[in-house]
Amino acid sequence: MKRIIVCVKPVPDPKHWGRVSMDPDTMTLRREVIPSIVNPLDKHAIEAGLSVRDSFGGEVVLLSMAPPSAQPLLREGLAMGADRAVLLSDPVFAGSDTLATSLILAAGCRYIGDFDLIFLGNMSIDGSTAQVCSQLAELLGLPNVMHVTGLSWTNEGKVIITRKIENGFSKLVGIPPLVLSVRKELNKPRYVPFTGILAAESKEIRVLSNNDLKIDPSQIGLAGSPTKMAGLEIRRFERKRERLEGSPEEIVRKLMDKIYQIGVI
Amino acid sequence: MEKGGQMEIWVFAEQRGGELHKVSLELLGKAKELASKGGRVTAVLPGHDVKAISRSLINHGADRVLLADDPRLGIYRIIPYSLLLGGMIQDHRPDIFLMGATAMGVELAPRVAAKVKTGLSAHCIDLSLDSQGRLLQVVPGWGGGVVATVSCPEHRPQMATVMPGAMKALPPKEREGEIFEVAVELPDENLGPEVIEITQEKPQGLPLEKAEVVVAGGWGIGSRENWQLIQELASLLGGAVGATRPPVDEGWALEGQMIGQSGKTIRPRLYIGIGISGVMHHVVGMEGSDHIIAINSDPNAEIFETADVIVVEDFKKIIPPLIREIKNRLKKQGSSD
Repeated sequence: MKRIIVCVKPVPDPKHWGRVSMDPDTMTLRREVIPSIVNPLDKHAIEAGLSVRDSFGGEVVLLSMAPPSAQPLLREGLAMGADRAVLLSDPVFAGSDTLATSLILAAGCRYIGDFDLIFLGNMSIDGSTAQVCSQLAELLGLPNVMHVTGLSWTNEGKVIITRKIENGFSKLVGIPPLVLSVRKELNKPRYVPFTGILAAESKEIRVLSNNDLKIDPSQIGLAGSPTKMAGLEIRRFERKRERLEGSPEEIVRKLMDKIYQIGVI
Repeated sequence: MEKGGQMEIWVFAEQRGGELHKVSLELLGKAKELASKGGRVTAVLPGHDVKAISRSLINHGADRVLLADDPRLGIYRIIPYSLLLGGMIQDHRPDIFLMGATAMGVELAPRVAAKVKTGLSAHCIDLSLDSQGRLLQVVPGWGGGVVATVSCPEHRPQMATVMPGAMKALPPKEREGEIFEVAVELPDENLGPEVIEITQEKPQGLPLEKAEVVVAGGWGIGSRENWQLIQELASLLGGAVGATRPPVDEGWALEGQMIGQSGKTIRPRLYIGIGISGVMHHVVGMEGSDHIIAINSDPNAEIFETADVIVVEDFKKIIPPLIREIKNRLKKQGSSD
């Protein structure tokens, strides 16, 4: 194994999502008040990369498209054991939809070069589109498999991939290079030792801008994204909230009346 | 196509082993509605020996079926499927292309969109046309707590994956429709990983999304033994059992019983949520229910925001006597009929 790339996305910490508000003028979410974390599934992707490296050698390179402020989050992945990180950061990347993002990540992968596997989390908790794995693979001209829950290797260097489908699983056999996006069932991300945190401090985070990647600016960012935001709404699902009071017996009687009125018995 | 001319709306007919996924029929229902102001609905059906499915697609709203029959399409693989669909899009230039947000659709649609360089929105919960005939795609984000409306003004086709259960299939009736067999041209090699095994289990009991009553349980149920109370209550009410993520992780419930953003979207007459905290991921899957009853011992449980009827009490004090009461009521009904 020469090299394994793991894509990592900073996402707003769901513990603070209750505080999200909207800027009505720009129709964007005010997310700067919410601290970022590494997308939870991406830790499983990092673990997948590390365990392949532990068995077959090579290096694990983290790849992220994010503002420069994402560097501490990449350090977390380096502390887990990744060898180095590449951060794609440029104002012209801002506002990219999944296709434009995939184009930027594909350019990052080519810049890193010589990889056998690319791992991603199956979806991010904020956008939840789950579109980047397939789009990145298409733009790199490589096969991809999503919903990965198991990986094993044959003696000939082929990989047996188990993936989740409706009501079951399917198994595939593939040959690297491959792009794989993983579900949390695949593994348990390793515990970060204190020595890992120390070691991460001296590992390289290379920051690249579009001067390095040289992507046609008309294909990326807000302007280069085929999808446009036409509206944004914070949803609250409020209902009548009628509280049934009394002893358990009284509550059961009242519940019976409700269920009877609804007409299902 | 929006100026004059007919709008061409495609729906991906998803099948595994000759069995059509019901989301495809739901999408045909929506496509028919979108086409009502002048448009044609086409079902795109790749597979092998699947021509028999065409009739059902037509009876559910397809004006025509583009059938791509080839042994190499017999089992879904992303490379041949995306090459096929990309080629068909370039040949026929549809305005809209809809797929189910299934394991297959979620993987395939983005690859096709990247191939033809167009926009794609994910896990849509609603679709409509604006005054200029452009597709407005309503997508949930942030666990469903935020919904965005997305459009794709300059690229075609306008592509979307749609949550199963979010749209309604039309009742089937005998309809006229054409079936065209398209020529399948695929390379002989480099078709990507090969499928060597598929294991799928038929889920037991009433499917969640068809049930009039859904009794759902969460982490608060606490044990497999207690989970039987959920099952008993559901069966007495002629309903189905639903779950949040933890009971599925614990093995009390099956993956197919999960309600919410990464599970099923349901809209039953009555939803009863027991021991469920009510995070947004779950709520977005059930908020369309006609009536919502929530039982939780924690007075601050988020689910109460989205409930019509609230019971703040330990479910173990409520559900067993409720089960007894319902049994009594059913017995009386039985004897008076």
